[in-house]
Amino acid sequence: MLVPLEHVIALSAVIFGIGVIGAVTRRNVIVILMSIELMLNAVNLAFVGFSRAWANPGGQVFVLMVITVAAAEVAVGLGIVISLFRNRDSVDIEEVSLLKW
Amino acid sequence: MVDTAAAATDTTLLRWIPFLPLAAAAVHGVLLGLVRRPLSRRGTIFLSCGAVLASFLISLFAFAELLGPEGPRVRVDNLYTWIGAGKFSAEASFLLDPISAVMILVVTFVGFLIHVYSIGYMDDDHRDDKGFQRFFCYLNLFTFSMLMLVLGDNLLVMFLGWEGVGLCSYLLIGFWYSDRWNAYCGMKAFLVNRIGDFGFLVGIFILFWALADVGKPTVAFREIAAAFPQIADRMVTLPAWLGGAQWKLATLVGLCFFLGACGKSAQIPLYVWLPDAMAGPTPVSALIHAATMVTAGVYMVCRLSFLYAAAPGASAVIAWTGAITAIFAATIAITQTDIKKVLAYSTVSQLGYMFLAAGCGGYAAALFHLATHAFFKALLFLGAGAVILAMHHEQDTDKMGGLARAIPRTRWVFLIGVLAISGIPPFSGFFSKDEILLTAFGAQSIPGNTWLYAIGVVTAALTSLYMFRLYFRTFHGATRLAPENFRRVHEPTETVRYPLYVLAAFSLLAGFVGFPQVYGDWLGIPDSNSLAHFLAPVLAGGVHDPGVSHGEELRLALFAICAATGGLLVAWWLYLRSPELPGRIMQSFHAFWRLLHEKYFVDEVYDALFVRPTVWISDRVFFRFIDAGLIDGIAVNGAAHGVQALAARGLKYAQSGLTQSYLFLMILGTVAIVGWLLR
Amino acid sequence: MSAGAVLFYLFAGFTILASLGMVLNIRNTVASAMSLVVAMISLGAIYVLLDAYLVAAIQIMVYAGAIVVLFLFVVMLLNLRTDVFPVARSRLPKLLGIALSGWGLWVFLRLLAGTLPAISPAPEGFGGFRELGKALFTRYVLPFEVTSFLLLAAIVGAVILAKRRID
Repeated sequence: MLVPLEHVIALSAVIFGIGVIGAVTRRNVIVILMSIELMLNAVNLAFVGFSRAWANPGGQVFVLMVITVAAAEVAVGLGIVISLFRNRDSVDIEEVSLLKW
Repeated sequence: MVDTAAAATDTTLLRWIPFLPLAAAAVHGVLLGLVRRPLSRRGTIFLSCGAVLASFLISLFAFAELLGPEGPRVRVDNLYTWIGAGKFSAEASFLLDPISAVMILVVTFVGFLIHVYSIGYMDDDHRDDKGFQRFFCYLNLFTFSMLMLVLGDNLLVMFLGWEGVGLCSYLLIGFWYSDRWNAYCGMKAFLVNRIGDFGFLVGIFILFWALADVGKPTVAFREIAAAFPQIADRMVTLPAWLGGAQWKLATLVGLCFFLGACGKSAQIPLYVWLPDAMAGPTPVSALIHAATMVTAGVYMVCRLSFLYAAAPGASAVIAWTGAITAIFAATIAITQTDIKKVLAYSTVSQLGYMFLAAGCGGYAAALFHLATHAFFKALLFLGAGAVILAMHHEQDTDKMGGLARAIPRTRWVFLIGVLAISGIPPFSGFFSKDEILLTAFGAQSIPGNTWLYAIGVVTAALTSLYMFRLYFRTFHGATRLAPENFRRVHEPTETVRYPLYVLAAFSLLAGFVGFPQVYGDWLGIPDSNSLAHFLAPVLAGGVHDPGVSHGEELRLALFAICAATGGLLVAWWLYLRSPELPGRIMQSFHAFWRLLHEKYFVDEVYDALFVRPTVWISDRVFFRFIDAGLIDGIAVNGAAHGVQALAARGLKYAQSGLTQSYLFLMILGTVAIVGWLLR
Repeated sequence: MSAGAVLFYLFAGFTILASLGMVLNIRNTVASAMSLVVAMISLGAIYVLLDAYLVAAIQIMVYAGAIVVLFLFVVMLLNLRTDVFPVARSRLPKLLGIALSGWGLWVFLRLLAGTLPAISPAPEGFGGFRELGKALFTRYVLPFEVTSFLLLAAIVGAVILAKRRID
């Protein structure tokens, strides 16, 4: 392996953290969705790293599954965003706070 | 001794005696309550009177079977095992032996006559037509309960009937419930009865406990009688809060059961409901409060004669209570002006006689007086009812007088009833009352029995006095009615009159079933006291021998006749010859008169001692403090307020509706969990 | 340090910068999407360096090629060129959050060192389409088939959600 496994995992952690910050901080629903994609990618990186380290193809298979699921999720999520926009004429996530006390 | 070894033969006949009236009541109940299509008057009459008549005919048939050539047998009709628990089983079964045979004949016969009478009496009730059918429904239900009571083979079936008659008494006393006073009287009857029922239950429990201890857990009468000698002398220690004394078991149980009898048969201290029970329609007073329900206590004591024979202490209490009640009620009766109230106190007094006899060991005498009393008291009540009808529902004798000219037939049957109750020979009351006085005179085992006899004689005189007073004030003398009202007084209809005639005949003739041996010897009739001999196998003591010689017996009889005649003469003097005298006596002894007239203020005393404190505790403590304050306030509302305070003013602010806050909290939580797992 | 390692760290840096750019870019949604593309491609390069060739190819095709394009479609459809609303919060929690996450990351990395098992050498053909295909169609065939159902559900869901009302 080219670099120590710890470094790959560290990179994955950093990217995951950035994704979390984006999901929690930004108000634009589309950016939130993109941050979620970033988180998924970080996880994919970890899987690939482990797969390479222990010569187990299962990690990469799982990555394929994750990518598929991410694609499906984005499709449906953006459909929701479109419905949201049609109703509120905005993609601000603070507009969808009806379930408050 | 009680012939407990008599072989009992099985039959399926007995169940129809109580069940036919029950079926009639059930039909009425379904029609009135569920389907809401009332029956026509004729339908109701045929159904209800027919059911009781059928019951009577079956009772007659069963009785005839008992008298068959092999002598009195015992017949049992076992329906099914009602309660089965290990060694213990209580059957739903009926017992026909001499005692219950006498009772069912009296109940069904007098019951039938009163049903017929009610046709005419309640016909008046046009207020709501359902009243007619409802009345007969309750009457049938009552007949069923009473028959269950007397036919029961064990204490539980008897208690079922006991409670049932209490219920029906409540329903019938408060029959015209739109008047609140009537409802109140019904409640009073039921509540006072309940106190007695408590005693009855405690008696059952103690008896059962003792029997189970010796390995014979049972509630059936014959089995208890057979096993009783084993436990009769057992000593029971009362718990510390009751005094901790040692009592003989038979005495303790006897007293407990007697408390129940006091409630049901209106003895001191639980008699107070009976005068107020006159608020019900007159047929109810006749049936329930003269002929049948109030006799349940006497029946119970006689049924348990083996127990009382082994408990001289309890028997003494019964005898004295009966005697004191008799004279107490008689003194009140001489001042009352309402027809039905006089008869009510008279009933209390005569019941006292029955208990006097039972306490002195004369169980057959008590039952004899029970039967004759049923006839003449029912006659008197129904006659009073005829008078009330004729007077267009006026009950105050102050407003009557001279009615003999207007309603002669009623007057004659009423006179027969008065003669019977006063103990004038040859009417039935003379024979039964005489036998009681004889028993009391000869009961050496009861302390002070001569005093008991004396009280009995004085009461007999008082009875004659107040009954003739009632008779004279109602039917004789100058009338206190206005002339135009007097013209409106007329005889009642046939359905009302014919039962009166029948009862009058029985009041005259019924005495001869208990024809004392002393006269029978004159006439050469062996075993002339047929009733006593008939009942002997099932009563303790067999044919009770009062231990009084024939000569003494005749002297005592003469003495009683003199007392009765004396009462009659005094009544004649005071109310016919010199009608102004009673007024003057009243003035001179006004305080004393007031005491008697106001019933010795017993109701007021009970009210202050028992009723008001109970109501106060129920309202202040149980309702306001515990129920409304503690349970409603703290437990129910308090819990709700607590939850509201917590959730509505605390937790709800966590629901901000902001997606990102939720996400953030989720992430924090996940990190915490993963961190803890990886620690 | 070998050339591969240098490339790794280079692409790692690109990824981090691009993701930061995506998250921190407030005014322009399209620019955020573009930064995301850069991050995806850098990750794809890293996959290549880690011998996951098929995965890298799929990453570029699906993620960078389809998913981000989908994002851009929606942005254009809703005409959301600019994002007018700021992250309207005070600075202190932000700085605090960053400091906290930085500290958390450092702790995590400290814990990580020395806990991972040893690396085994990769066999011949590892990560190529032949090897991965074999695994996918033998050992992992069930998840593979089930995923197709998932995609079907997603298609139906997306169509219904985004459909215009017929009335």
